[in-house]
Amino acid sequence: MKSKISIYEIAYKNLLRKKTRTLLTILGIGLSAWVLTSLFGFNQGYESALNKDIDNMGFQVLLTAKGCPYEAATLMLKGGTGLRYMNEAVFADILKNKEVEKITPMLMQAVFDPNKGESGGLNAYLGIDPATYPAMKPFLKFTQGAWFTKPQSHEAVLGYEAAELEQREVGDKILIPEKNIEYTVSGILTRSGTQDDGTIFVPIRTLQKDFKQEEKVTAVGIKVWKDADITGLENKLYELPDVQVVSMSQVKSTIMSLVSTAKVMVFSIALIAILIAMLGVVNTILMSVFERFQEIGIIKSMGAMPQDVFRMIWTETIILCTLGGAVGIGFSFALARVTDLLIRRLLPYTPTGSLVIVNGKLALATLGIVIVIGLLAGIYPAWRASRVRPLEAIRSEGE
Amino acid sequence: MPTAGTALEAKNLRKVYHRGAEQIVAVDDVSLTVQKGEFVSFIGPSGSGKTTLINILGCLDNATSGSLTLGNEILFAADKRMSESELTRIRRRVFGYIFQKFYLVPTLTVGENVVLPFAFYQKSADPTDPAEILRFLGLDKRIDHRPAELSGGEMQRVAIARALINKPEILLADEPTGNLDSKRSEEIGEVLRSLNKREGLTILLVTHNPRLAAIAERTITLIDGRIAG
Repeated sequence: MKSKISIYEIAYKNLLRKKTRTLLTILGIGLSAWVLTSLFGFNQGYESALNKDIDNMGFQVLLTAKGCPYEAATLMLKGGTGLRYMNEAVFADILKNKEVEKITPMLMQAVFDPNKGESGGLNAYLGIDPATYPAMKPFLKFTQGAWFTKPQSHEAVLGYEAAELEQREVGDKILIPEKNIEYTVSGILTRSGTQDDGTIFVPIRTLQKDFKQEEKVTAVGIKVWKDADITGLENKLYELPDVQVVSMSQVKSTIMSLVSTAKVMVFSIALIAILIAMLGVVNTILMSVFERFQEIGIIKSMGAMPQDVFRMIWTETIILCTLGGAVGIGFSFALARVTDLLIRRLLPYTPTGSLVIVNGKLALATLGIVIVIGLLAGIYPAWRASRVRPLEAIRSEGE
Repeated sequence: MPTAGTALEAKNLRKVYHRGAEQIVAVDDVSLTVQKGEFVSFIGPSGSGKTTLINILGCLDNATSGSLTLGNEILFAADKRMSESELTRIRRRVFGYIFQKFYLVPTLTVGENVVLPFAFYQKSADPTDPAEILRFLGLDKRIDHRPAELSGGEMQRVAIARALINKPEILLADEPTGNLDSKRSEEIGEVLRSLNKREGLTILLVTHNPRLAAIAERTITLIDGRIAG
């Protein structure tokens, strides 16, 4: 038989008295830990997904003619009108800046296609430089075919959705009826989750010629050297006449400020969840202390000092919180995808990668927080228990 | 003066409680001496102050006035009162307690309940073998059972084993048979007598039961907080 028993073993076995209550408390802590881990994971994941999306653009700064829409979506909203052009002479002014690694010119055109949908629709054509654009976007992969065979060929590469909508495959033709121009599909891209999916790419020289916009571009993508001063470059570019500078870091900060409102709301909910869980722990342990009032008194008559009783009750709280934390972290790993979907429904804009990134470091941090919360929550019940006098316990049974 | 053979000596003990404006004298001018190895029972009607007196003698409570000496150590007197921690230190060194309720921890086995005091304090480098105590009390077949699987008499015997595990100098038993039928009461009485005779353990017993009180060498009757005989 056992010749000794430890305070920790007693504490653990005390929790087995009311299994349902213990289980519900662990579950409550687990849910709070899940919310907390998911939030931290979201905090980490959203920014990293956004950075990835911006990196996937291949360039950090976009230069457009003043007032020109720089997103296909904006161009569509404007009915394909409102395009402004810059002259190619601007390239030399851009390349003068030491921060610039390379540039890629783009020409966007919107064309009405009467065969699109029920009553026709706009197609976005993007003229790109086959020499620089694919190199800036190495992550673009093809489901079929490849980039253009010649720099000035009448070929088109279709984004994933554009190919689905047009029901085209490699080798098929695409016609621009109003100009009576045909392009042969040379490749179809895989889904990227960006506006590239709905775009039809054509060699820029071909598009300039077909749309009579020789030496004109609508945008220039600028890739800067690593660790270069982007803000300084933007300030210098602002000095160029009739251009607007679209900084991806600005775009990111605008999105992040929008998201921060949602974050504040979600963090408030998490804080409330943690407070509720903490109160749940205090309630569970305090009830257990009151139920064992006489027993704790008898333990003290056996020679337990107040600090022994405090340690015993505190250990119970720590066990509850550690188990609850572990359950919550388990939830957050198992349900990361569900959390991702829920957040996507809540937010107006979400990047394409994983929004919630849960890893070991984050799990440990959450467990640490939950244990600290448990330690704090356990102080009052443990203090109450440590103050029980054996005499009070004995008197409570009457003489 | 306490002699080498004195287990404890109480002089003019008085305990007064206040309930609102009312003053209740629970123990009134009680003086007594208990020798080492003596078996003393306290008997008297409800409210006569038996439990209050044994609580003071067992360092579970301070007296309002009077003095208590344990061996040669003055525990409290007119100018000396003990803190709760000091009382605990003396309790774990000197006393073992048995109460009317058994207070066994339901989630622990019999064996674990018996060694429960070791979680907080182990008096000697040569600790008592719990298996030996359980064998002595006839519980050696019940070591791995939970309290809920035991009879009332068995539960009280486990409580006795727990009280003895730290080799106490004095065993205090407050109504140990209050929850037991007459047969089980006799069994517990026999265990107490055996501990006193075979082990030489000093025992102070509070009971309503005259038959149980009669097993002690000396019976003290309390009425209204005073020793009546």
